Amino acid sequence: MKVSIQGIGLLATGLAGWEVGRAVLAGHGSFQPGEMPDPEAALLPPNERRRSSDCVRWAVQVAQEAIAQSGLDPREVPTVFASSGGEMGVLDTLCRTLATSERVISPTLFHQSVHNTPSGYWGIATTCQQSSTALSCYDDSFAAGLLEAVTFVHVEQRPLLLVAYDLAVPAPLNEARPISAGFAVALLLAPPSDAALATMQLHLRETDQGPASHLQDLALEQVRLGNPAARSLPLLKALATGGSEKVIVSLLESQQLVLDIDSCRH
Amino acid sequence: MSANVQPITPLTLTAYTLVTANGRGVGPVLQALRGRRSGLKPCDFEDVTLKTYIGRVEGLEDFSLGNELERFDCRNNRLAWLGLQQDGFMVAVAEAKQRYGAHRVAVVMGTSTSGILETEHAYQARNQAGSLPDWYTSRYRYTHNMFSLGHFVRVCLGLRGPAMVVSTACSSSAKVFATADRLLRAGLCDAAIVGGVDSLCLTTLYGFSALQLLSTGPCRPCDEDRDGLSLGEAAGFALLESSERVGRRGAVALLGYGESTDGYHMSHPHPEGAGAIRAIRDALARAGLRPEDIEYVNLHGTATRANDSVEDKAVYSIFGARPACSSTKGWTGHTLGAAGITEAVISAFCLTEGLIPGTLNCARVDPSLKSRILRENQIGSLSCVASNIFGFGGNNCSLILGKL
Repeated sequence: MKVSIQGIGLLATGLAGWEVGRAVLAGHGSFQPGEMPDPEAALLPPNERRRSSDCVRWAVQVAQEAIAQSGLDPREVPTVFASSGGEMGVLDTLCRTLATSERVISPTLFHQSVHNTPSGYWGIATTCQQSSTALSCYDDSFAAGLLEAVTFVHVEQRPLLLVAYDLAVPAPLNEARPISAGFAVALLLAPPSDAALATMQLHLRETDQGPASHLQDLALEQVRLGNPAARSLPLLKALATGGSEKVIVSLLESQQLVLDIDSCRH
Repeated sequence: MSANVQPITPLTLTAYTLVTANGRGVGPVLQALRGRRSGLKPCDFEDVTLKTYIGRVEGLEDFSLGNELERFDCRNNRLAWLGLQQDGFMVAVAEAKQRYGAHRVAVVMGTSTSGILETEHAYQARNQAGSLPDWYTSRYRYTHNMFSLGHFVRVCLGLRGPAMVVSTACSSSAKVFATADRLLRAGLCDAAIVGGVDSLCLTTLYGFSALQLLSTGPCRPCDEDRDGLSLGEAAGFALLESSERVGRRGAVALLGYGESTDGYHMSHPHPEGAGAIRAIRDALARAGLRPEDIEYVNLHGTATRANDSVEDKAVYSIFGARPACSSTKGWTGHTLGAAGITEAVISAFCLTEGLIPGTLNCARVDPSLKSRILRENQIGSLSCVASNIFGFGGNNCSLILGKL
């Protein structure tokens, strides 16, 4: 299955936006994690932005970055949102309230607790009515999302926006799922085309054929291991570096995605 | 809208199974439909004091999974396990595994709240420092995490192919059919286990109560006095294979599907049903069928004022008043992330039995609804059914099932 990559969005500490992230990942600047970004997600109408969760703002921020690069109309682009745990901050608030004797929960908070909350807000912000899927595969949620996204583009022969995100998990829920820093990435995938940042061939293989890709830079490797959405970093590094590269991403214990990246030189 | 949607090769439902408040396995659920016996009862879930009816599956409180599966133990996975044991499903999957190899069978599950009840219990059991108990933190991955159900089903069935959990609120386990079709068409697997499980929890009971969407009695879809939904729980699974490989005449197959979003509001449907119309049209286009080919529409029919009214607009605008329409939520309750598979399996056995269930608890059809809402069961040959599922986030899916 071959697709083209026509837009990239990125958000994490020290990797705020694809321009900054590309330079760091290509080795043109050092990785300097600092304050957590507080994305503007300007596409959200002010009312929606005010009551939106962190997940929504992070996901919308990278989605709008990727779609802007592609020049496509967001109303024409189906979406896939991949996240291990989704709205963990909302779930923490809900479970705290449900542990009180009154159990009076906010209706807004309840409808924001679903795994497809960023998908819903993206639809409201763009008035897109295309298919949107939200999914999870625990630590391999990015790989599962990429598989769903590439398969969709291949079968339907039309562009699709993939967004993968997981945010820092608040206490005490972080005792169960220790994710200490947020990470969000978006890829605008389309059928093969000359007007693209890169082409990517994907195939599945059994795990026993070799290890998954990792990063040489120890600090970045810690980021990769610390957040399911950051399992995208070896792919992003290959895209930042340019040229041709093979990237291996684990999908559960039994399979791997083999990604042959070929960057287009302009 | 549907210009670029191409017809698909039908996918045979080689095996399927269902557990709802009406019973364990397809047989008891079919008997309840025939006998018009609802599974809804006054809410007796844990210490919940809400005045509402629920479709609770009996016996989930009293059993535990075996030693090897202990780490997965939670209400949602118990219900999943119960579902896998019915209707010879495990045997059918073992045969498919034999035919294709464990790594060539995909698992695509749907759920909206996974094992969240464990987290609710853990928050109630926090210690003085506010920490969560060890029994919970060590098992979060296997119970509440959204992928838990996919992981559990994959382990129970000994499968090694691609797997994921789709979680788009109520449309989750309808959309799994679409994802499975794409995986099969792309050649990434030879068979797929699709399904969904959602179980009762405080989050959804108190959440829908906060939205003032819970009926005080058993839900009454399409009734002029309907006052909201009843929550239920269910587990359902189907084994999908290409009809070119296993198609025998008369077998039930997925003929088409359509997915869309409203792009309108998180919890209110689009007033004109724009997203619903798009999903139904794409499902027809993938099935290569015209609206007049559909004989029965299994409505989402949650019995909220807004859903039934907007769904009626969408269905009428496509089908007119010709096909019989009904909701089966009066039997099962709204099983949320499991509603898609629940109603797909009900549609499948309605096709094989030639049964169109009349809407249970609908005393008088809302006169503002224009579709042909059926109130009494109807017997007769049936070859093509459309099933609608709409969810929070404005996420819609329509499935078309028929006989090969």
